[in-house]
Amino acid sequence: MSETGLDTYAENTWCKGCGNFGILSAANAAFKTLAAEGRPLETIAIASGIGCSSKIVDYIDVNSFYSIHGRVPPTLTGIKLANRGLSVIGFTGDGDAYGEGLAHVIMSAKRNIDVTVVIHNNRVYGLTTGQFTPTSPRGFRGKSTPRGSVEHPLNPLDLMLAAGATFVARGFSVKADHLADLIVQGVKHKGFALIDVLQPCFTFFNTYKFYNEKVYELEGHDVSDLEAARARAREWDYGAEAERIPIGLFYRVERPTYDEEVLRGLVLAARRERADIGAFIRSHM
Amino acid sequence: MEDFSILIGGKAGDGIRQIGGLVAGLLGRLGYHVFFWDDYPSLIRGGHNFSLIRACRCMIQANTDSVDLIVALNAETVDRHKSRLKPGGTIVFDADAFEAEGLGLNLGSMVKQAGGKPVMRNTAAFAVIGKMLGLKWEVVEKIVRDSFKKATEINLAIARAAYDQAGGTTLDIEAGPAEPLPLMTGNEAIALGAAAAGLDLYVAYPMTPATSILHFLAAHEEELGLVTYHPENEIAAAVTAIGAAYAGARTMVGSAGGGFALMAEAVSLAAQSETPVVFVVSQRPGPSTGVPTYTTQGDLGFVLSAGHGEFLRFVVAPGDVNEAFELTGLAMNMAWKYQIPAFVLTDKCLSESTYCFDAGGAAVTREEGLLWDGGGGYKRYLDTEGGVSPLAFPGTAGAVVKGTSYEHDEYGITTEVAEAVTAMQEKRMKKRAGLARDVETDLEAVKTYGPPGSDTAILTWGSTKGACVEVAEALGVGVVQPVILEPFPAEALRSALAGAKKVIGVEVNVTGCLADLAACHGVEVAERILKYDGRPFTIDDLKKKVEGVIG
Repeated sequence: MSETGLDTYAENTWCKGCGNFGILSAANAAFKTLAAEGRPLETIAIASGIGCSSKIVDYIDVNSFYSIHGRVPPTLTGIKLANRGLSVIGFTGDGDAYGEGLAHVIMSAKRNIDVTVVIHNNRVYGLTTGQFTPTSPRGFRGKSTPRGSVEHPLNPLDLMLAAGATFVARGFSVKADHLADLIVQGVKHKGFALIDVLQPCFTFFNTYKFYNEKVYELEGHDVSDLEAARARAREWDYGAEAERIPIGLFYRVERPTYDEEVLRGLVLAARRERADIGAFIRSHM
Repeated sequence: MEDFSILIGGKAGDGIRQIGGLVAGLLGRLGYHVFFWDDYPSLIRGGHNFSLIRACRCMIQANTDSVDLIVALNAETVDRHKSRLKPGGTIVFDADAFEAEGLGLNLGSMVKQAGGKPVMRNTAAFAVIGKMLGLKWEVVEKIVRDSFKKATEINLAIARAAYDQAGGTTLDIEAGPAEPLPLMTGNEAIALGAAAAGLDLYVAYPMTPATSILHFLAAHEEELGLVTYHPENEIAAAVTAIGAAYAGARTMVGSAGGGFALMAEAVSLAAQSETPVVFVVSQRPGPSTGVPTYTTQGDLGFVLSAGHGEFLRFVVAPGDVNEAFELTGLAMNMAWKYQIPAFVLTDKCLSESTYCFDAGGAAVTREEGLLWDGGGGYKRYLDTEGGVSPLAFPGTAGAVVKGTSYEHDEYGITTEVAEAVTAMQEKRMKKRAGLARDVETDLEAVKTYGPPGSDTAILTWGSTKGACVEVAEALGVGVVQPVILEPFPAEALRSALAGAKKVIGVEVNVTGCLADLAACHGVEVAERILKYDGRPFTIDDLKKKVEGVIG
């Protein structure tokens, strides 16, 4: 047991120096904070996809669903629709979320389902040993692009702002305290929250030096100003070059959530009143 | 009349289905058994739509080729269908639109004079049919008033004009002694069966012929106390259903074969994570986009094998609305009893045709699964004697609930250790014994009809059983219909066919999917009568073919 008391007995199989460790400690710290603030640990449900990122569910002793590649947002959506009383958080990688399952991320942002998605964005496929992802820089030499990727990277923050996400943030795995605070804010945010986390892959895409030089924390930024958020999101295009890379909360706005609008106050997982189907048939059919 | 049929035809946008529904509902209320096939191409405007309604004093679940009355809103209806008119039958047509032989009425002019829209010719058509059925004006008036909430007065004026100009009674109706039965489509019965078994969340992306489950449940979700969700695609639908079931909600998804293809990864996920979910697959002719609005029974092999890896599943194939209601409820309860994916395999004919609902005494209720009693540390995948682990859901104090797509230990933590992998594969397969026992002994997995001990038996499944049962009765042969297809009720099937010297497979597909499956279980199907034009068998057609085989 670590000091958080949230560790499991699972053997941790991330590489030494992996950025995932920073995300894991940030998540644990966030859950402890949330528990202290009145969200008991049993009301937390996390889900992950497939990839190094997604092993995190084995390492945190809370309710979890280890889903399949790309499908974290629908998994979270199902959990939230079944029980709105749960705090529902996803952990997934850039290949998972922005490659295999991009449509789900965009649509979840659009409908503003009240879940939080933490993207372990190392900009490389780690578990499949080093291929380019949607956020790899142009020219990335991976095993599937030995002459360098010819594709420009996707800017997920810009995309999320366009999709209507109501909470858009970026963290850096090295700054675990900062990230823990973003996760707490994301979970407390009523609506869809996306936190893109810059996470070096020590083995296949070591970006520690690059991020340590470029990353800065947003200050004096108006998080309710969509145009300002866009401008900040575009400061760096996820390419190989950067002047500066901002982290922090880019945008936050309140909108009615999908779950509150469609559930009519029901907790489906604990539904007590049942319709009389025989009476329904007699009156309607 | 004991047994008669009405065909109403026009182009898409003429409101043909609406009139079909009104006529079917009317005949049902008069105590007739009704079967209403809704024939339409995959388009919004134009094309050729027709409603074929058969009414009979005894139970029927299929159409005949011949009809007693054709109401044609366009010339194509007459051209295509006049050959099926019985001697002495009538064709009523809109004389403002085209020339034909029969009773021409100026439907278009009536609509114009009343200040109505062109689609209201269907109101005129309904009134004409009412008159020909011998209904009093007051009865027609009430139905029109109840059915057309917009422009009611205009519709009434049109109906009155049409009623007055129509000829006398040609279809002699007497109100029957029978208590009228509710009418519903197969998709409505599936929706209601699931609701009766505790459905909390229905998730679906639209795809014909499954779409009307979503429409029906969305329209009635408040009364039924459940929620519907239409996400971005079928992958999201199936995975959302799994996420919700993991968190304790009873969920169902529905699509046709093409949409279900996208759900295959989720089927496997449900199996590995032991998450109960019901998948409804409504068949239409494939491969691929195929013939979207017509019928087939070609996806049996797909549903039996969808999903990678080896795992248990429960598959039912209802043949009418009563079975659709009961078997969907059963599928939901079995999914939760064994924590496995369950499947309701239907087809366009059952899904979208209207039948009389007579579920008899077979009530469907929500049967609780095995729940954690709160004692000891919770293990989501606790290895038990029967292989079923007690369920707890997130939000339960004292339980950490870890579901997973990976192979795992009892707690739900990933493992690749050989012994642990072996143990968990075996743990899941332990459920087979209970499942097989239920199917072979407790449940009615195989239905039989006709004289017992008949030399000849028809082996059929799904909606095709309607035509088979009626034809078999006329010819004095038996019918055997497995309604549970996985685990396959081999014993029950062999026993049902024990006396038959000749077994004839009758299916709406090109290979004989059930006949092939039965052969794998040692049941020889000597003859196959197959139809694969997208249309169900009619009584006349099937009777001729069966006679040809039995000689």
